[in-house]
Amino acid sequence: MNPWTPHKYIPLTDADRRDMLRAVGAATIEDLFTDVPRSVRLLRALALPPVPSDADLLRELRGLSERNGDADRYACFLGAGAYDHFIPSVVWHLAGRSEFYTAYTPYQAEIMQGELQATYEYQSLLCALTGMDVANASMYDGASATAEAAVMARDLTRRDEVVVSSAVHPEYRQVIRTYTRHLGMVVRDLPHQGGVTPAALARDLLSERTAALIIQQPNFLGGLEEMGALAEVAHAVGALLVVAAADPVAYALLKPPGEWGADIVAGEGQPLGNHLNFGGPYLGMLATRQAFVRRMPGRLVGQTVDTQGRRGFVLTLQTREQHIRRERATSNICTNEALNALAAAIYMAALGRGGLRQVAEVCARKAHYARQRLAQVPGFRPAFEGPTFHEFVLRCPRSPEEINQRLLDAGMIGGLALGRFYPDLRDGWLLCVTENRTREEIDRLAQTLEAMR
Amino acid sequence: MARAQVPLLNERSASGRIGAMPPVSDVPDLPLETILPAAQLRGEPLDLPEVSEPDLVRHYTQLSHRNYAIDLGFYPLGSCTMKYNPKLNEDAARLPGFARLHPYAPEAVTQGALRLLVDLEAMLAEITGMEHVTFQPAAGAQGELTALMLIRAYFAERGERRTRVIVPDSAHGTNPASAAMCGFEVAEVRSDARGNIDVDALRAAADDRLAALMLTNPNTLGLFEERITEIEEIIHGCGAQLYLDGANFNAILGVTRPGDQGFDVMHMNLHKTFSTPHGGGGPGAGPVAVKGHLAPYLPVPVVVRDGDRCRLEYDRPKTIGKIRSFYGNFGVLVRAYAYIRSYGPLLRQVAEAAVLNANYLLALLRPAFDLPYDRPCKHEFVLAGTRQKRETGATTKDIAKRLLDYGFHAPTVYFPLIVEEAMLIEPTETETRAAIEAFAQALLAVAEECRTNTELVRTAPHTTVVTRLDEVTAARHPDLRWASGTARSG
Repeated sequence: MNPWTPHKYIPLTDADRRDMLRAVGAATIEDLFTDVPRSVRLLRALALPPVPSDADLLRELRGLSERNGDADRYACFLGAGAYDHFIPSVVWHLAGRSEFYTAYTPYQAEIMQGELQATYEYQSLLCALTGMDVANASMYDGASATAEAAVMARDLTRRDEVVVSSAVHPEYRQVIRTYTRHLGMVVRDLPHQGGVTPAALARDLLSERTAALIIQQPNFLGGLEEMGALAEVAHAVGALLVVAAADPVAYALLKPPGEWGADIVAGEGQPLGNHLNFGGPYLGMLATRQAFVRRMPGRLVGQTVDTQGRRGFVLTLQTREQHIRRERATSNICTNEALNALAAAIYMAALGRGGLRQVAEVCARKAHYARQRLAQVPGFRPAFEGPTFHEFVLRCPRSPEEINQRLLDAGMIGGLALGRFYPDLRDGWLLCVTENRTREEIDRLAQTLEAMR
Repeated sequence: MARAQVPLLNERSASGRIGAMPPVSDVPDLPLETILPAAQLRGEPLDLPEVSEPDLVRHYTQLSHRNYAIDLGFYPLGSCTMKYNPKLNEDAARLPGFARLHPYAPEAVTQGALRLLVDLEAMLAEITGMEHVTFQPAAGAQGELTALMLIRAYFAERGERRTRVIVPDSAHGTNPASAAMCGFEVAEVRSDARGNIDVDALRAAADDRLAALMLTNPNTLGLFEERITEIEEIIHGCGAQLYLDGANFNAILGVTRPGDQGFDVMHMNLHKTFSTPHGGGGPGAGPVAVKGHLAPYLPVPVVVRDGDRCRLEYDRPKTIGKIRSFYGNFGVLVRAYAYIRSYGPLLRQVAEAAVLNANYLLALLRPAFDLPYDRPCKHEFVLAGTRQKRETGATTKDIAKRLLDYGFHAPTVYFPLIVEEAMLIEPTETETRAAIEAFAQALLAVAEECRTNTELVRTAPHTTVVTRLDEVTAARHPDLRWASGTARSG
């Protein structure tokens, strides 16, 4: 028997291995793999780098991480679907407890009441924020949640066309197309006008074939949609209004989609206490009306009682899900983003009613200041007229990509160059100002732009 | 575990409390109405609870004490690979250069992240025997969907109309669900008496309408598909693609590579095989590895390395598009990178220890339970509670619930669907021999109790913070949130 190299994650000793092999009636470990045909065996060691010490491995990872320009080292004016809000220390001290993060889906409810109750609370908090009746336990991210909302709308209306505003996050729109392509669904584009979704054009495009009108609020270009008019347009033809949210923090200040008549709210919960993480893990949100709950994808936690009448929580309405309904399930989703939902719940609870509104209000004030200040820089002007929350588009006198390169030297990460998504906005620069940006940083951005020649 | 009920957050709320000091504006104070139109503003105050930070800490700490987790004990949840989640990997993922990095940051300042992805792709390609890897899928099921879309795109370009996907009757529910989401018709093929896919039935079903076989290997019974080379010939012989559900990859790391078995495409569950935490349900990551002929269809962007520079490449005309925003669950990928680096060529020991532990546990338990497929298992095995049910009336559900009283998480139960009263047990490689023996003793004791004290088993659990919960009422009258307004009144 070849000795194993001791490894910190494998507790079996050579003596254990010898005794256990004897107990199972095998002479060698190889005897346990006789069902693997020799022709498909790997007859060499994996060609992977040798095992480093813990210290060297952490040094290697730290080295990689330090080649990145993170939002601690750079003043970051990027939003566009990922938002740099301040995360109170309490959030990840609690979500980082290993009783939560080293558990899995609460299949055995009696020993998983912590996770289940926390999820029930998350569902409740998200309903309060979005103004909806029910929320699920999470989806993967804003893009796939919005795509699943499109499919859900098809199932609910038995219509196969969705109309999507071009002011919805371009990556969400791409994922909607990917998800719906093989389901016989048609995706129609509704071009924005002046940075918002035009209700009159929507009225022309929507018909009795439309399952859903999909918009984003605040939209990808920073604008606030004419929610009431768009809801009316959708409902007039029996279509659902799906509202994608890229930053739900906005709803602490703005009228939430539920109050505007949204039928499904889908979107990105990352801004609620989750790190930027170079794009993930994030938190797909999905909330809807009570009447639609049985067509929802994903897990749901419900309150019930035990045999002694005590309050308890369980996974419920599982007959919608893949492990029971297989090819007739509402979705294939199984693993979700539970830990990110937990962080979002802690974040919402920590800030609470007044605090979250204050976060949103400070974002709006600082972004407004930045928009005014930057519009005074010669050559820069707002691309659109309407009100904005914490993002806005500027038209630039030189390429936004070039500006961003030069800002790096000044310790700043500039906005998103919109040309990659909007060919008619090649000079468009989407900036985001959260509460984490200071007036000093905004002024420094303006001065750096002024000094660029 | 904490006995006392934990009040809901809204029940802890009192007007005037706050759990974080909110930001203060440092820009000129304008009336809000000059910034935002009144019609856009929230009318009703936000109905969130108000709790102080100490309250919040007690709340979630108390909840955490009502949770079972790998760090607390043995977690033999078959098919989920509940192995230990290394702490170093958590530290790595929390480094500010990773955790605080914006996905649209300019490439000049994302080189460390991109290099990590390039190197992780190379390591996974070596481990799987495949050529390219996309990291975009956020979980295994999304990986399945992505893989099937690649297959569809491949056949579409070749002008072949193939509408069917075969899944074995032992497959995870996600397989048929993903196939349906990809617009395929699902055909099920039965398992044979040895617990493998019935090769004759497969041969009969394989024709020119077949797009793919979705195979899990080792399968959900914990058994290796012994006739994998024949299966490969049948599938490729009819022009279809061979897809691996990599949920059970832990059993064969370094022993045999899916690419060498003839698979064209596979997904991995990094939260299973590569130790990233399950998070109470997620996040995971479901990267998809492919052979070269499927690479043109991979989701965009792909990460490429030109000398010392890495970049994201979007200009891929044959791509299926995007399946998720940005680049996938990067924070999970950092952990998997750290895990693979920490083992290197020793990864084979992971498979060996996982398989040895499973066979040892099986040997300890076999006297007391029916064993529908009596073969050496791989990383997990299936027992049937049929004897107990027939002789005593105690079901597998009862046995699972009684195990909770002994301080263990239960196995996966009633899956795979082809085994009556199934218990799918997976110990993983990170358990001590003593932990495995203690679990075996507990399960044997429960088997004994089925005979000597059936009622005790049938009404279990007894020592948990709640007893059996009324699932029927929960589903019939769903209560999915606290009543609105209750947070405000606290």
